[in-house]
Amino acid sequence: MAPEVLPKPRMRGLLARRLRNHMAVAFVLSLGVAALYKKAYADFYRNYDVMKDFEEMRKAGIFQSVK
Amino acid sequence: MLPRAAWSLVLRKGGGGRRGMHSSEARGGGKMSPYTNCYAQRYYPMPEEPFCTELNAEEQALKEKEKGSWTQLTHAEKVALYRLQFNETFAEMNRRSNEWKTVMGCVFFFIGFAALVIWWQRVYVFPPKPITLTDERKAQQLQRMLDMKVNPVQGLASRWDYEKKQWKK
Repeated sequence: MAPEVLPKPRMRGLLARRLRNHMAVAFVLSLGVAALYKKAYADFYRNYDVMKDFEEMRKAGIFQSVK
Repeated sequence: MLPRAAWSLVLRKGGGGRRGMHSSEARGGGKMSPYTNCYAQRYYPMPEEPFCTELNAEEQALKEKEKGSWTQLTHAEKVALYRLQFNETFAEMNRRSNEWKTVMGCVFFFIGFAALVIWWQRVYVFPPKPITLTDERKAQQLQRMLDMKVNPVQGLASRWDYEKKQWKK
């Protein structure tokens, strides 16, 4: 037997600790991803002209209701 | 007591591992008796039956000595008792093998065979492809999708430059 005694390792609550840590990391990461996503949409809609878009689509001939 | 006996029965049936699935009635295994006993495995380390049940005279004497104080046993006697009780040591039972090569070889062989079968099917069985899969039709499809501006924020239409009529660099 070894002369010095090792400290007793954690025996309980291992899954709970893992879940807690992973939840925290996942929450922070999801905030970051959401920020990127919102930025893409904000940039798109900042200078968006619906009627111009519609006219382009109408001229391309994809609608059945207006020509 | 009864559930424990039932559980040990289940273990005995399943504890044989890859060998020794049939523990036959004549369970008196000698020293080399494969396929008649349930060997200990990593997940079944303490079988109920010892490995050797037919003991000659000196082994029986050793078993009698085992009933006394174990400090009286020499090292060789302890090893002999272990070999009577168990088929292999942990190091021996956990040794790696080359079985994976056989497995992977058979897997690849049958995948290749299936590929040959599918090739034959492609030549002799499958009907002709639909007209919508020709290049001209696929180009028309793509043009229509760009006209409709599908996924204009982050998807397909966002990659197309509508002024220059080409994909964005």
